[in-house]
Amino acid sequence: MSATHRILIVEDSPTMRQLLVFALKRLKGAEMVEAQDGMDGLRKVSSDHFDLALIDINMPVMDGLKLIRLIRGEDNLKEMPIVVITTEGAKEDRERALALGANEYLTKPIQSNRVLQVVRSLLKLE
Amino acid sequence: MSDDRKALFGRADEFMSIFKRGAEFSKELIAENERLRRKVLELEQQQNFAARDDGEWDKLRTELLMRIESLEEERSSALERLRQLEEENHQFARRYVEVEEENNNLANLYVASFQLHSTLDLSEVVKIVIEIVINLIGAEMFAVYMLDEKTNRLEAVASEGEAVESFPKMPLGSGIIGSSVESGETFCGDPAGSDDYLRPIVCIPLRVQERPIGAIAVYRLLQQKDGFTPLDHELFTLLAGHAATSIFSARLYSQSERKRNTIQGFIDLLTK
Repeated sequence: MSATHRILIVEDSPTMRQLLVFALKRLKGAEMVEAQDGMDGLRKVSSDHFDLALIDINMPVMDGLKLIRLIRGEDNLKEMPIVVITTEGAKEDRERALALGANEYLTKPIQSNRVLQVVRSLLKLE
Repeated sequence: MSDDRKALFGRADEFMSIFKRGAEFSKELIAENERLRRKVLELEQQQNFAARDDGEWDKLRTELLMRIESLEEERSSALERLRQLEEENHQFARRYVEVEEENNNLANLYVASFQLHSTLDLSEVVKIVIEIVINLIGAEMFAVYMLDEKTNRLEAVASEGEAVESFPKMPLGSGIIGSSVESGETFCGDPAGSDDYLRPIVCIPLRVQERPIGAIAVYRLLQQKDGFTPLDHELFTLLAGHAATSIFSARLYSQSERKRNTIQGFIDLLTK
């Protein structure tokens, strides 16, 4: 069975990745692909199609903000919804991420149902 | 017969058929009209009869009053049922929120437990503890202390928010951290935050059965987190047991690996 929605999770913490996969499994037909840092995320998003990306900000190799900038620089990825999930709760961090092209900004610790609600809304499943 | 004549006869047949259908419809309308006229007449007679006869009039009035009463009862019952349904609806909505919250909590606890027992490498276990404290509890500044059994002092081995060297060594049994580890009781204070290394806002003792292993001391929460939730308390309990067991197992595994390598070295030396 082919996936209805392909979601990329770019997060360096395996604990968070597992938690996000666990939460998103409730979306019928969704397939989650994991990337452990910004560079890994960029490789995956460049070589494959994704309907949405969840991106952490503080990551080794390449941070989430740089990844968002690079994604939005690609013509074919301009419309892909991006959700930032981060520990950074300051207003200026939120504004910076949204200005770079993120669609939503969620702070940790996360609520699984809030993540689901945001993803459903961005994928127009509501 | 020419084609024009055939077409003309065809149209005439068609017209006759429409005309017959029209005539039937008109007959049906007349019959219906007649039926309705009779009904009106009947009702007028009933009304006149009732108007002339007081007994009939009272009977009709009583029937109507009873009908009104019955309709009122039906209305009250329907309104009551509607109120009950609305209440049930609210209850279901509340229950749904509770179930969602429980689901979220269980997912967090499952993932934390799964990750803690996913490795036997001590540095990996400590890394996972740090991930859990940052991502699931939402702490900004904290330290993981281990007990040095020779000196009976707790020493910070990993930290977030401050360099690990900044955290002083604590004697077992003294201060908030030492007492918490010795007693096995989690300390939970004011979530507003603390700059005093000796006075954390949370201290989770790490113990395996009665054996103290170390502690997790939290000094400050992330700015978007303004207090502790029931899930945080569940996570404190989970960390107290599972992190301690994982650290203890990883240490034992590391020691047994070292011993095995030493013995293997001796065997190799003797057999070569």
